[in-house]
Amino acid sequence: MITLEKNPNTETLDAVVIRFVGDSGDGMQLTGTQFSDTSAMFGNDVATFPNYPSEIRAPQGSLYGVSGFQVHIGSVEVSTPGDNLDLLVAMNPAGLKTNLYAVKPGNTIIIDSDSFTKKNLEKAQYETNPLEDGSLENYRVVQVPMTSLTKEALKDVEGLDNKSITRSKNMFALGMVYWLYDRNPEHTIEFFQKKFKTKPHLIEANTKVLNAGFFYAETIELIPNSYSISPAKMQGGTYRIIMGNTATAWGFLAAAEKSGRELFLGSYPITPATDILHELVKHKHFGVKAFQAEDEIAGISSAIGASFAGDLAITTTSGPGLALKGEALGLAVMIELPLVVVNVQRGGPSTGLPTKTEQSDLMQAMYGRNGESPVIVIAASTPANCFNFAYQASKLALEHMTPVVLLTDGYIANGSAPWKIKSLEEMPEIKNNLVQEVKENWHPYDRDEATLARNWAIPGTPGLEHRVGGLEKDRITGDVSHVPENHEIMTHTRAEKVKRVQNYIPEIEPEFAQEGDLLVIGWGGTYGSLHSAVKQIVEEEGYKNIGFAHFNYINPLPKNTGELLSRFKKILVCELNNGQFVNVLRMNFEEQKFLQFNKIQGLPFANSELIEKFKQIAK
Amino acid sequence: METTVKKYTYKDFANDQEVRWCPGCDDYVILRSVQKALPETGVKKEDVVFISGIGCSSRFPYYMGTYGMHGIHGRAPAIASGVKLANPDLSVWVITGDGDSMAIGGNHFIHVLRRNIDLNIILFNNEIYGLTKGQFSPTSLVGQKTKSSPYGNTQPPFQPGELAIGAQARFFARIGGNAPKEMTDIFIEAQKFKGTSLVEVLQNCVIFNDGCYVKYTDKNVREDQQLFVEHGKPMLFGKNKDKGLVLNGLKLETVTIGENGIKEEDILIHDAKTEDPTMHQMLVRLEHPLVTGIIRSFQDVTLEEREDALTAQIKAKSEFRKTNDLFFSGETYQVN
Repeated sequence: MITLEKNPNTETLDAVVIRFVGDSGDGMQLTGTQFSDTSAMFGNDVATFPNYPSEIRAPQGSLYGVSGFQVHIGSVEVSTPGDNLDLLVAMNPAGLKTNLYAVKPGNTIIIDSDSFTKKNLEKAQYETNPLEDGSLENYRVVQVPMTSLTKEALKDVEGLDNKSITRSKNMFALGMVYWLYDRNPEHTIEFFQKKFKTKPHLIEANTKVLNAGFFYAETIELIPNSYSISPAKMQGGTYRIIMGNTATAWGFLAAAEKSGRELFLGSYPITPATDILHELVKHKHFGVKAFQAEDEIAGISSAIGASFAGDLAITTTSGPGLALKGEALGLAVMIELPLVVVNVQRGGPSTGLPTKTEQSDLMQAMYGRNGESPVIVIAASTPANCFNFAYQASKLALEHMTPVVLLTDGYIANGSAPWKIKSLEEMPEIKNNLVQEVKENWHPYDRDEATLARNWAIPGTPGLEHRVGGLEKDRITGDVSHVPENHEIMTHTRAEKVKRVQNYIPEIEPEFAQEGDLLVIGWGGTYGSLHSAVKQIVEEEGYKNIGFAHFNYINPLPKNTGELLSRFKKILVCELNNGQFVNVLRMNFEEQKFLQFNKIQGLPFANSELIEKFKQIAK
Repeated sequence: METTVKKYTYKDFANDQEVRWCPGCDDYVILRSVQKALPETGVKKEDVVFISGIGCSSRFPYYMGTYGMHGIHGRAPAIASGVKLANPDLSVWVITGDGDSMAIGGNHFIHVLRRNIDLNIILFNNEIYGLTKGQFSPTSLVGQKTKSSPYGNTQPPFQPGELAIGAQARFFARIGGNAPKEMTDIFIEAQKFKGTSLVEVLQNCVIFNDGCYVKYTDKNVREDQQLFVEHGKPMLFGKNKDKGLVLNGLKLETVTIGENGIKEEDILIHDAKTEDPTMHQMLVRLEHPLVTGIIRSFQDVTLEEREDALTAQIKAKSEFRKTNDLFFSGETYQVN
């Protein structure tokens, strides 16, 4: 057990961005996760983002084999994983080379100097050693022979092979960073005790290395001063750190329990959506039926079958998968069954940028089907609120008897943040349209007067046997109909049913200025970047007339959208695509002029580019 | 499902919709055979679901008095899998054609058989695309002239039984479209069988491929050209039941009892229930005679049984009963 000696030189900061980088096998994800968990438990607000190669086992030491984990911790609200690094921890030359761009001059880089061998420098395509050639002189570089110090620390531990010894050097780095930011390593030591329950020598080894790193940082005067981040002011309650995809999966678990329907997932593996499948397959104890199908089409088709049979049915995918599901989604529109389709967006078109983020599937979600085929489209905007929107998507599907497309993206799906845990009692009620008794003159397409949702008679219910299908249906009997007027009425009815969802969703409430010069608009996963940039420009740079409206409901739009737009002189729509939501707005509010800010690099918005753009337009 | 209060007749499984297949189509025979088979199976009407894809055959659910869904092209096995996994108490039937299941839905067809979910699939094989008006299908013969092969089809056909057994089908039967009695019996057996059962009906298309099976199914030649197999019985055929199958090396050979010293006990006995598919594959490939009846009926564990067992095991071990148990488990922390 370590007793924390307060570093006399401790400086208090609001927020810090740290990135751990190294080879795929260096354990950077674990290091980053441990640091963010410890910080969250200390009471900081936290946002994280992993960044790993799409190659599964890239050659060791290569530039494309670099794996990274970024953590943003703060005593203030933290809404993104951050742009510029205060600290880079580089475990090898390739990691340094590929991540140096993100470190602002003057900031700190901790380096495992043992890894800067001739061979590794060559693999990282360095012609000269950056530790010797002066190219890093604008940074505060801390060279630590971590590999040899780790070996030294473990010389007396028995039962360790060379590989396990070298592998634990990430804990040396973590120990140093713990000291640097005034963190107690106790949480990580407990983690070792749980993880290596049956391997006491590994508990001993990892604890030793972690402490060695901690003490090394403390005693060797290589590190000029230490930083402390006070706890953030967060709403009271029980929290946990959650990843966006896990939050999505849990939102469905909650919706299934609340609605009393069993959860069925039909899915086919695709990056970056697969973690939702991974999560849901674990929960057979809740009766979850997670079916890994033979392809994307079978994923959604099996979900449609399960929905017909009375389950809360969902399918999860990413862009190319949604394209394959298009026809079946049209069937779900036609037969008016509840269904949730999750699209964790990635860069496109085609295979595009599978591990990078983008918001370019909005049009596909809205229109990517044959015929007049409206669906509800909603978008989550933070890792934690993926929970709420998965829940809400299920609620809308069940209550309105229609497919719902839930859009998230690679950025929030893989990012993690503190989640104030929602107990099921806090979640809104979920109704459904089930019919269980035979009524006289009953028809499968009888509708609720307010929502226009048709009733849901499921197989096994005596007397309500009926047929549905992709052919157009008579609006009264539900039998096949080719009558021209009937098709028009049914087309309008399906559209009106989705439109009326407006009556059941919240109005949009802008943040900061409620009226004024500029309204910044965003939707989906860009909330964190946009919110923090608008906040900064309003609160720190005196632009008091800027408002910010972030949309989670895309189709239908919140009822007051038009009124909101009319309160501002200029409207700027920021999206990680070539301008899709802006066109949805243009179609609906043709009297307004919309300015655009678009970025299509597979990366989130950077704070600096947003501020610059806002200033340019607001002046 | 086995305890039926009411004794149904075929009329209970029909409805008031006008059946719109071409006059003389074998589809009428299949529809009536299904409606006659269901009352014999003991399943309740409200527990029966018919799922189809696209094509002439796929209009089938609209003519049934049960639950049903006319799905999208080729996807019926996937939709039906979802129905069955959601509610394993249902009797779920898939209606498909040779284009629907062998072409656009080929992937779902092989995977549903591999998984062995308890579904009954009726494959209406007419060796042609009917609804799109006469293009060659994956079971059309080489040389066959169709709208899309005016000079003769150049694509060799699938033999559905061979593909199915290759994809690990546990139950495969084949029957002529003009044999309602045998067909009804096979449907009853298919429903009783636990696992995916596939019944291929050799269905004549009177408009675009009339007479495609006449050399096997015509009443005058049927007995000599078809070998109707039954489990545990010698594989005999012919008007006088004097012809049969024997093994000659690795090949099946037709012999006549009384010729070359052949006696009835030399004839192979049909074993539909064996796991080894070798003989079943030889039987489905045979053209003279064409083998009909239940060729393979190997009882295996179903997907639902595997899933149920796993779920029960996990439920018994898990500490999670409600989602709250999960949400508040593990690494949580308090903010005051």
